[in-house]
Amino acid sequence: MTEHCLPDYRVLPPDVAERMAQIRQRECVMEIDHVGKVFAQKRNKTVALEDIEFGVHRREFVCVVGPSGCGKSTLIRILAGLEDATTGRILVDGKPVNGPGPDRGMVFQKYTLFPWLDVCRNVMFGIEMGGTDRVEARRQAMQWLQLVGLEQFATSFPHQLSGGMQQRVAIARALAARPRVLLMDESFSALDAQTRLKMQNYLMEIWRKIDITIVFITHDLDEAIYLADRILVLKPRPGRVEEVIEVPLSRPRRAAQMASDEFLATKAHLEALIRSFGDTTEETNEGGEDFDIPLLTLVTDKAE
Amino acid sequence: MQGFSASWRLYGRTDRTARGVFGVLAVLLPLLAWSAVSYLPFVWHPQVLITDPGGEDYLESGMRMNRADFSRAVGEMRTKNLPVPQGVATNPVYLPSPGEVLTAFGRAFTSSAPTGAEHSITQAFGHSIQIIFWGFVISSLIGVPLGVLCGALPAVARLVEPSVDFFRYLPAPAFGALAVAILGIYDAPKIAIIVIGTLFQQILVIANTTRKLDFALIEASRTLGAKGLKLLFRVVIPGILPDLYRDQRILLGWAWTYLIVAELIGTSSGITWFITQQARYQHFDNVYAAMVLIGIVGLGTDMVLGLLARRLFTWKRESDG
Repeated sequence: MTEHCLPDYRVLPPDVAERMAQIRQRECVMEIDHVGKVFAQKRNKTVALEDIEFGVHRREFVCVVGPSGCGKSTLIRILAGLEDATTGRILVDGKPVNGPGPDRGMVFQKYTLFPWLDVCRNVMFGIEMGGTDRVEARRQAMQWLQLVGLEQFATSFPHQLSGGMQQRVAIARALAARPRVLLMDESFSALDAQTRLKMQNYLMEIWRKIDITIVFITHDLDEAIYLADRILVLKPRPGRVEEVIEVPLSRPRRAAQMASDEFLATKAHLEALIRSFGDTTEETNEGGEDFDIPLLTLVTDKAE
Repeated sequence: MQGFSASWRLYGRTDRTARGVFGVLAVLLPLLAWSAVSYLPFVWHPQVLITDPGGEDYLESGMRMNRADFSRAVGEMRTKNLPVPQGVATNPVYLPSPGEVLTAFGRAFTSSAPTGAEHSITQAFGHSIQIIFWGFVISSLIGVPLGVLCGALPAVARLVEPSVDFFRYLPAPAFGALAVAILGIYDAPKIAIIVIGTLFQQILVIANTTRKLDFALIEASRTLGAKGLKLLFRVVIPGILPDLYRDQRILLGWAWTYLIVAELIGTSSGITWFITQQARYQHFDNVYAAMVLIGIVGLGTDMVLGLLARRLFTWKRESDG
């Protein structure tokens, strides 16, 4: 398959177009209002993010992609309140937020379960922080564990679970605190390929069943296209919104769609976009084609 | 057998039997060496214990002298045709045999104190343990909370740590005279010395442990709505507890080293006083018995605390791999 016979990624199939129109009509759960971030070290200032302006609609799945160093992790940390924006503000349900809070749950790249609590107590943590008593918290936690399919591991400790299971518990723990938005910072990038695909399907299943809006940071373009309604592409140095792509794939998504023309067209476009950033940066040799690897063997093509 | 050969390889993997055998040897080999030096006259025995002074005036039975001096005395007596002094090869008085130490050790637990306070090992040692206990408890009551706060609250760290760093470098013995002047001559200044010796290290060590808590856990709990005291008591303290416990174990050892200083100020007391006193009388078997007792109690406490840690903090051991 060559590139010229791929469809235009901007042409949405009718069902997707209808869905996007519906989403656009919903209210914005989270608004990123002209957010900028400058890291100041002694004399040189690094502009990590510049004038990011974006609204996430209710029950929407947004992925943020961009080359390394484009500030996507900084952005999600600002959204979570773990980092302060230099300029602009974040609004959740129209109200500006200050610092981290239970209205924005977060699933990190590292496994951040509390190692001294069993799985059930981990999920209970956010519920109890909200002031719910222990008995009720336990009941709710078991329901959330059921949702991620881990209720039989309620009394296990995090170190006894695989990476994928730990991330599922982390998702349940974040959701149990009843956030408005679930922020995910490369949550699946530490997992192996098969587990990652399973987790992506799990996540979409969970997302379908409950009222949650997801902002998902990833550097994996396949993951972004597979999961997202809209993809926010960030440009590096300074971090800026380059393009917002509406993904032309119908839901529910299946792994088979990764071979569809729409998928490939979107991916081709994203790849071209990200490659075009690469040329303007100083790190051109990173990922460039002209590696100069010295020949350290006398193997002839007979032996290979 | 594979375990034994692997034990001699760098980073080799040992097995249970090899570890057990090495563990027994670790105790047995030094004991064997000591026994060999004590019971095999040809190994060392540089002196002679006089059993019969013979014709030499300045000799007395029970006296120890160097072998060379003894043979000179024997030679002199022979030439003068006087009775020849008799003696057996022996080690210097400061190296009693394992048997003698064992007897002294047994005597410590069986015989009652002959005279005065702290005349027996057990009484002296009991007093020492009391000093250590109170010193360490008081130090921990101040040091642990303050250390955790220094680690978790930048303001407290900035306020407290400079002065702690200053006092840390002042040697605890320097406070001896001051402690006696303020607190009198009995147990109070001794406990104070242990507190001074431990507390400042404790604050800094525990502050550092608190700072080393995985920051991702703090961030995660913040996004779940934890802050203030809830964050401190539900995340920080349970998270650092295994390391805090390990710090306390190390610091308890530290407290023991200050015991020597503590017991020599004011009225001498406890095991240190017992040891110096017995050494003065050249009762080296008692000295060694006291040292063995300190070693056994110290090692025993640490092993019990270690086993307890394994039971209490299973999650830590397993998640660290």
